[in-house]
Amino acid sequence: MKGIGDTMEVKNLATRIFRPIIPEAEGRNMVIAGLIIVIVILLMAILADLIAPYNPTKLAGRPLSPPSLENPMGTDNLGRDILSRVIHGSRIVLVVVFSAAIVSMSIGVPIGLISGYFGGKLDRAISMIMDSMYAFPSLILAIAIAAVLGPSVVNAVVAISVVYVPTYFRMVRGQTLSLKSRLFVEAARAAGAGNTRIMSRYIFPNLVTTAIVVFSLSIADAILTEAGLSFLGFIVTAPTPDWGFDLSSGRPYLPSGYWWMITFPGFMVMLLALGFALIGEGLSEVYAPGRER
Amino acid sequence: MEILKVENLKKYFPVQKSFIEVLFSKELEFIRAVDRINFSVEEGEILSLVGESGCGKTTVGRMLVGLEEPTDGKIIFKNKDLTSLRGEERRAMHRYLQIIFQDPYASLNPKMKIGDHLMDPLLIHGIASNNEAKKMAIEMLERVGLVPAEQFFNRLPYQLSGGQRQRVAIARAMVLKPEFVVADEPVSMIDVSLRAAILNLLLSFKEEYRLSMLFITHDLSVARLVGDRIAVMYLGKIVEIGGVDEVIHEPKHPYTAALLSAVPSFEKRDLRIDIKGDVANPRSPPPGCRYHPRCPFARRECREIEPDLVGDTHKVACHYPLEIRVD
Repeated sequence: MKGIGDTMEVKNLATRIFRPIIPEAEGRNMVIAGLIIVIVILLMAILADLIAPYNPTKLAGRPLSPPSLENPMGTDNLGRDILSRVIHGSRIVLVVVFSAAIVSMSIGVPIGLISGYFGGKLDRAISMIMDSMYAFPSLILAIAIAAVLGPSVVNAVVAISVVYVPTYFRMVRGQTLSLKSRLFVEAARAAGAGNTRIMSRYIFPNLVTTAIVVFSLSIADAILTEAGLSFLGFIVTAPTPDWGFDLSSGRPYLPSGYWWMITFPGFMVMLLALGFALIGEGLSEVYAPGRER
Repeated sequence: MEILKVENLKKYFPVQKSFIEVLFSKELEFIRAVDRINFSVEEGEILSLVGESGCGKTTVGRMLVGLEEPTDGKIIFKNKDLTSLRGEERRAMHRYLQIIFQDPYASLNPKMKIGDHLMDPLLIHGIASNNEAKKMAIEMLERVGLVPAEQFFNRLPYQLSGGQRQRVAIARAMVLKPEFVVADEPVSMIDVSLRAAILNLLLSFKEEYRLSMLFITHDLSVARLVGDRIAVMYLGKIVEIGGVDEVIHEPKHPYTAALLSAVPSFEKRDLRIDIKGDVANPRSPPPGCRYHPRCPFARRECREIEPDLVGDTHKVACHYPLEIRVD
């Protein structure tokens, strides 16, 4: 009975914390669930040195020993503690996806706004470039860019941000096209407002919620891309812990029955992506069209 | 002194054609929304522009405030031809020429405070500094009856009712102290019980600013109440224009008479003119008088020769003007 009471308490606490931030609406519980997952993983990354039981790159037990009290997630082929590697492995993925999402947002949003607002030949040219980038599967494009640039964390950020620019561009351009013909924009024009003012004061503020939704959804997708790049060895080299990279080092041992080497990092990739997907989907319901606030 | 004069104003919208039509190279078609119209507005005068939906009355208003580029013709405002001005010069004229839109739910930015809606025009035209603009905005909110003004200043549009929003829209137009205002059906989306209050508010500015106005409406009774003169539009043309009493009591054009007989009334009336059929397609208006397919008095001449708008103060575009009196 104590367990149930605890979860209720957690839920009440969460509701109390997030109430002022998220408006009361359908989809709100999804956002809260997603935020809890993401915040827990964020804390895990920040406090990794304090909470990890072992050094993630040092021997911590017999190699390939199954989950036990000493090594709750078992050890890998070099005898390193998988729990500690999972905890430390959250750092690189979070850094990469957050910086990539911020970079692609700060490129995609202004380009989409300008392209949609002015239209004409400029818009056609930019749209064509963006559409041809969008036509590639994101992982393949990211691999191609990362392969050209060479393996490093910074290059991975570049590769992933390039891949997600078209996502922001398309959403923002589409919104701008519909916003610029709205009556309040015409009213601003009739008041004598110039293009810069109309874009910054009348169109951009109405795009922010869309951008936030795309931000969390593209992060969810970017986590999978990052794991893919890391799996192929484009981000880190041994012995740095990273979920995608650990997946690839555990893969050869799976047929022999050592399931714990890939299960736990793989689960974390899925969980983090789920967290951001929940936030994105939830927010898109909270800010559904028609609820203009 | 006339403040605004419109000469041969024309707006043709090209018709979007399907791929098949382009393939068989049909020639370019146009919707003749406004077709060579002429009128003028005196200083301190309100001209009501009446017509049914699709007759081009809103397009006229939008051209006056520069939201639509005229295909041809001149808009002379304060002795300057607005159609010849470009860029900054044209935008500077917005200070004197404002518009109030029909839909108060769509004309305010959902993400901007009410106060910013009023401050923005002042800042754009460099009329006031930030602090002065704020003071002027609060004064204007009080003036249009949104009290306590400090509270309304910080609200967002969704927190206001339709009537309150329209007061904001009026305040936004008036804060620049314009000399001419286009009011595009400002009360047609307002609750009936609030219409009189909004109209009175609008008219109160006429006295205070010596404001001239083009009041666009489909409702003859409102047009009569508000206007000093009335212009009646049909299919992109002005068919009759004159003083309120002249047009209402001695309509010369059969269309005006038909509109008048359609206004609901408690009294029994002798005049009863019905309008047959629908408005013709503005892509291919009928030859001769555009009203002839629906006119009970149409004769051969009406089908062949387009009538000009003629007369002294009370002008009419009809070959056989009516001679009746309606009370």
